[in-house]
Amino acid sequence: MTHPYIPNTDQDARLMLEAIGVPSIDALFEPIPAAVRLHRELDLPPALSEPDLLAHLGALAAQNADSSKVATFLGAGAYRHFAPCFIDQLLLRSEFYTAYTPYQPEIAQGTLQAIFEFQTLVCQLMGTDIANASMYDGSTAMTEAAMMACRMTKRDRVVVARTVHPHYREVLDTYAKNLGLTIVEAGFEADGTIDRAALADAARGAAAVILQYPNFFGVIEDPREAVEIAKAAGALSVAVVTEPVAMGLLVPPGSLGIDIVAGEMQAFGAPVGFGGPYCGVMAASEKCMRQMPGRFVGEATDTEGRKGYVLTLATREQHIRREKATSNICTNSGLMALAATMFMAAYGKQGLPALARLNFDKAHYAREAIVRAGGKAGVTARFAGPFFNEFVVGGLGDASAAQKRLLGSGLVAGLPLGRYYPELQDSLLVCVTELNGVEDIDRLAAALAG
Amino acid sequence: MTTADHRDQLIFEQGTPGQRGYSLPAQDVPSAPLEGAIPEGLVRREVSGFPEVTEVGLVRHFTRLSTWNYGVDTGMYPLGSCTMKYNPKVNEAAARIRGFAELHPLAPDDVAQGALALMHALVQMLGEITGLPAVTLQPAAGAHGELTGMMMIRKHLTTRDGNPRKVVLIPDSAHGTNPASAHFCGYEVRQITSCARGNLSVSALAEAMTPDVAALMLTNPNTLGMFEDEICEAAQIVHAKGGLVYCDGANMNALIGRARPGDFGMDIMHLNLHKTFSTPHGGGGPGSGPVVAVKEMEPYLPTPVVVATRDGMHLDYERPLSVGRVKAFHGNFGMLVRAYAYIRSLGAEGIRKTAENAVLNANYVRARLRGTYEIPYDRLNMHEVIFSDHKQNEYGITTLDIAKRLIDLGFHPPTIYFPLIVHGALMVEPTESEGLAEMNRFVEAMQQIAEEAKTQPEMLKKAPVTTRRSRFDEATAARKPVLRWKAGL
Repeated sequence: MTHPYIPNTDQDARLMLEAIGVPSIDALFEPIPAAVRLHRELDLPPALSEPDLLAHLGALAAQNADSSKVATFLGAGAYRHFAPCFIDQLLLRSEFYTAYTPYQPEIAQGTLQAIFEFQTLVCQLMGTDIANASMYDGSTAMTEAAMMACRMTKRDRVVVARTVHPHYREVLDTYAKNLGLTIVEAGFEADGTIDRAALADAARGAAAVILQYPNFFGVIEDPREAVEIAKAAGALSVAVVTEPVAMGLLVPPGSLGIDIVAGEMQAFGAPVGFGGPYCGVMAASEKCMRQMPGRFVGEATDTEGRKGYVLTLATREQHIRREKATSNICTNSGLMALAATMFMAAYGKQGLPALARLNFDKAHYAREAIVRAGGKAGVTARFAGPFFNEFVVGGLGDASAAQKRLLGSGLVAGLPLGRYYPELQDSLLVCVTELNGVEDIDRLAAALAG
Repeated sequence: MTTADHRDQLIFEQGTPGQRGYSLPAQDVPSAPLEGAIPEGLVRREVSGFPEVTEVGLVRHFTRLSTWNYGVDTGMYPLGSCTMKYNPKVNEAAARIRGFAELHPLAPDDVAQGALALMHALVQMLGEITGLPAVTLQPAAGAHGELTGMMMIRKHLTTRDGNPRKVVLIPDSAHGTNPASAHFCGYEVRQITSCARGNLSVSALAEAMTPDVAALMLTNPNTLGMFEDEICEAAQIVHAKGGLVYCDGANMNALIGRARPGDFGMDIMHLNLHKTFSTPHGGGGPGSGPVVAVKEMEPYLPTPVVVATRDGMHLDYERPLSVGRVKAFHGNFGMLVRAYAYIRSLGAEGIRKTAENAVLNANYVRARLRGTYEIPYDRLNMHEVIFSDHKQNEYGITTLDIAKRLIDLGFHPPTIYFPLIVHGALMVEPTESEGLAEMNRFVEAMQQIAEEAKTQPEMLKKAPVTTRRSRFDEATAARKPVLRWKAGL
């Protein structure tokens, strides 16, 4: 019997075997030594019909906390924002999502133009000269930025602030270990910003100085100081942006002299989706163009003189330079980049600042409400530094236990920081976006108070 | 007067100040003052260059762009080594179920049991399918999986012998990412020449296999579409000298249900979920590249690992020998949901049939086009088959011309000029989701092109002519790159 995804019938197969000149399907597999052919059926769960499959998946999904069941105040590199409905409907245009890498530009102008628009929007958002066609995610983008800085400076030491997302630093460590690079971390001050003295000290002889903007604690670091420190040390400055909505309110890193921006664009149109797929991106000043990993789309002219778009600068890539390539990456996050493109175009010049402002207002209301309600119980704002839509509350005793307690009231309170920062065992990283209503915020404030 | 076609406009050239394509939730809290709350000089005045367009304007723009694209749903996509098979629609519905799409990756394990159970089950299934039971779902793409796999090899050798070794052996037919991945994991690459049959030369391997060699990295079936029939001998040679065998799993769809890499001596491999397990590739990504390995390699898997305990599913971060984390959060979970749905919809028998039909279709195309196009390795192939432009060169026609003409005849071109060891290669992979009737249409199109090469070669040189744009001057595009739009230019 055929399966809905497999058109050949047994009769078709017989005709085809005859044309090939072999007696059976089995005979097609004879190039595989008999001893290592599989002589049994795989041990897999039984096939499910489409309705049964959906029922089964629905039951699995029902065990998970989504926004219909709980009020979530988690951010930490994955942000819940409203994406206009047209975005997902257009992502489901199968000419977009069932297409491959646009190696044949004549029949991929849709993908190519959309990426060109993405590159432009990212440059405008981040204040940079160039941007690539996207990366796997923010953590790998940051790591690639560090490696690029090492190539460009011919140095092998990278300085990264401890206020950069812990997962990003873990990924950097993993890559560095295998390449013999040294990673030095600079700690943070009582207000939640980088310890500048430590940073300046570590920067000497380094390839890159990496900070996050706003940082992992939600605190708005001033990149200008890091830029000066990096410049003085002959290092490149790298800013990580995990919450691009903040760029609606903040002067972008490229305009502040940052050399390389390693960003995560998930907030723009991709669901939090238990961690992926997301949309990393790398943007930078012009001087990085031929060292930057990943794909680029560029303008081109066809034989009739008409303008269009092609993948370009491919000589840096693995399919040509093989072991000399600038990276081994041969994927971008095309569909997520398309979502981000539509998101940026939809919110546009007026909407992105408005969205950013709403996030800012709600988060500031929330921190005040939490501290006011919890003050007596010792709940505090952990850091005094300026913040955007995330902040740390301390004084919770064991923050993990506090988070667990709140689950019972349908609240996912925030991220307990003890796993990543042992000194912040009593603290939660709380994120508030435009999707957290005031009633839920007040409920969280009351619940955290006791 | 000729006006520029408005359809050529970029999104930046559309709309009118004051138009908008969004609406915001009500402001239900008081506005907080910016003054003093943001450092001096860091408040942005304007997001310059961003467009102002209505929803309808946006929808028309992006819908129009979609119509200029070719996807698997548009027609056959015989892209060798890339496996562009049909993407079942139920997978899209599955990934969009709210409990999956809206689950935050840092949600406590207690409220993510369904997602963790799905990941755990997928780990079991991929382990069974490949015969390699130690699995990580974290890598974001095939090449990312390669890098992760090489890191695991490095860690394993370092732990075992205190020496990661220096060299990785790679056949000359390898995917370009293989040498790049080995290199980015700190290894030097040494190439092994393929033998005349298009397979790895076991004698060349034996010669190259020194105590310096950490691993052999190969694709099986290889990029010529051939099963490496001396694979067991090759694995023995590598193992005898203490090395490991890394298998590029790009072509696993040829074997699934018929042979398991773990059974023929592979120590570690990555899978491309978008290839073998039908998750869509979205115009270049996302991908998903789980790594599977022999049991002995389990301690080196990236953290965290999903474990089942008596009180449910948990993410285990306490793994002292782990290579570390290779990506933020837990991998491309949305792709994992799609791959899981695909495997569950087929079951063991259906999975085996995918490989059988992929191999049947590729061999059928080879048999039908024999005589029309040169076939450098004309024997039973697996899921893909390579032709070359040798016969057409006589009339001045190249692989590129053949590929571009196929566009006019309604097909996406095959992979061209790869593998590098075949001059003018055209690598056809029909996949199992095409049937006999479509194979015949493809064969007829290829035959027509071969005929046209003789009779009207100048026409082939101009192809494609049915598309919105004709061939591009890519050399100039690379020499003077324009990578973004700028106002007024």
